[in-house]
Amino acid sequence: MKFASFLVSRLGKAVGVILGVVVFNFFLIRLAPGDPASIMAGEAASSDPAYVEQLRQQFGFDLPLYQQLLLYLKGILQFDLGYSYRNKLPVLDLILERLPATLLLMGCAFVFSITIGVLLGVIASRSRYTSRHKWLDSLIMSGALLLYATPLFWLSLLMIIFFSVTLGWLPAFGMESVGAHYTGWAHIADVAKHLVLPVISLGCFFMAVYARLTRASMLEVMGLDFIRTARAKGVPAGQVIRKHVLRNALLPVVTFAGIQLGQMAGGAVLTETVFAWPGIGRLMFDALLQRDYQLLLGVFLVTATMVVLFNLLTDLIYRFVDPRIELAD
Amino acid sequence: MKQFFKHFCSNRGAVFGSIIILIVALMGIGCSVFFDNSPWMMVGQPLLLPFQNSEFPLGTDMLGRDIGAGLAYGARVSLLVGVVSTLVAVCVGILIGATAGYYGGWVDDLMMRFTEFFQTIPQLAMAVVLVAILSPSIYSIVGAIALVSWPPVARLVRGEFLSLKQREFVQAAIVIGQHPRQIIFTQILPNAMSPIIVTASLMIATAILTESALSFLGLGDRNMMSWGFMIGASRTMLREAPWMSVMPGVAILLTVLAINLIGEGINDAMNPQLRKRGVDA
Repeated sequence: MKFASFLVSRLGKAVGVILGVVVFNFFLIRLAPGDPASIMAGEAASSDPAYVEQLRQQFGFDLPLYQQLLLYLKGILQFDLGYSYRNKLPVLDLILERLPATLLLMGCAFVFSITIGVLLGVIASRSRYTSRHKWLDSLIMSGALLLYATPLFWLSLLMIIFFSVTLGWLPAFGMESVGAHYTGWAHIADVAKHLVLPVISLGCFFMAVYARLTRASMLEVMGLDFIRTARAKGVPAGQVIRKHVLRNALLPVVTFAGIQLGQMAGGAVLTETVFAWPGIGRLMFDALLQRDYQLLLGVFLVTATMVVLFNLLTDLIYRFVDPRIELAD
Repeated sequence: MKQFFKHFCSNRGAVFGSIIILIVALMGIGCSVFFDNSPWMMVGQPLLLPFQNSEFPLGTDMLGRDIGAGLAYGARVSLLVGVVSTLVAVCVGILIGATAGYYGGWVDDLMMRFTEFFQTIPQLAMAVVLVAILSPSIYSIVGAIALVSWPPVARLVRGEFLSLKQREFVQAAIVIGQHPRQIIFTQILPNAMSPIIVTASLMIATAILTESALSFLGLGDRNMMSWGFMIGASRTMLREAPWMSVMPGVAILLTVLAINLIGEGINDAMNPQLRKRGVDA
């Protein structure tokens, strides 16, 4: 496939998913029990019938459904995600203010999980392949199995109990020390200190996933003929693993990295809630507590868009990394 | 079948998992027998440490509710939500995957785009939005978890159908003029069952984790005690009473671990040749 048509098809898919989320949001708020106009009036703490009627007209709840949908789409295209009556600010402003914190957290957790996860997977498969230190393989795989079963939010709480309450090493909540007003390097160090626990708690599960995936993929490649040929030629095991196996085994891992980002975005809601991290996950939790549906749906839309854009980016990156892929399907 | 059980029972992890799940299930079924009072009832002094009072071996929370009773009643919710939502998700996944794989062409295209949509979006965030807006109840929770977890089944079933459709026995069924519905459900589906069972068993584990996350965020059914809710409620007492959050967390961890072990056990027992080749991961 030509690059241009590949790009167009991928962009089309991305737009399709975002549009799907918009339509989903539109119908969901209308599925909610009760009249949407009176729900909104309730959010604005008013039960005045005249006000409810005004809202109904303003949002077009008295129009036929398809016209309402068009109106809603028009609003979204103009970056109007609604108004948060609780916070007395447009939803988009609230989200944009919080977005950088979430991107920082997710970016760090992503890098942490994929580097450590792949490393552990390589160590495990290597110890199995060379039959030296086989216990390492068992240890890593048992650890991964445990992390698979650990609820992320609970792990966060345990880490707070251990590292913040008992040992007092790391801060338990927030993104920077309250009232410290650090600048320059001191500020960066402060934020980094606050990042450690949230990143580990968010990244741990995915680290386990990558470790298992890398190990399985490596073992599969190790069973192929060209590896046996390389070994028969007398190439040392370590070199075979580094140069032949790892390169070929990494592709499924990278493919998975794009897919699992949606899961991580969901996990961010939990992590940010526990650590009071000032990102959009925490914003979503606040919206839940305040029953602020406009804000809730807005955060969902932005999160989904973020994930879709990242998927698009990984797709483009593969194409450059591995020219064999002609991502036709 | 006998062969299957022999393989399954020779897997230590799977047997260990089965025992744990048996205990959890007994706890869930018998909780109203073991504990006379509702888990919401304040029955003792608040903040009793575990093993401090023989009446409440696992301690009490800040309102004097029995943590042991909470764990037992929570087991009921976790298993119920896990199993029911997985059953729903598997049914949806089979229907969509089978239709896509059997008919192919534009039907396949359409259904796979639909599946991809649900796979791309942040699943937990979608479940949160769904439960919050449809108001938290056991039905909305089961529905939301099912809605976000069917895509892997659909993809799997589609793949199986694509390859099984080429086999002679299916071609023969088509030639003798069997109805597509009959071919799908009586010819192809039974042959695709083993990977579906393995996936489903692992999905129960994910569903339990999702349920606990939802109730941790305050989106649980208000009438039912659940493990996630207990952890959420303990957050304010983290410094004073860490055991309040540790206990239900251990319960979730053990249950999910047990289900994963069982799932792997089933997988190994169904594909013994895979294990011999040493690529059982």
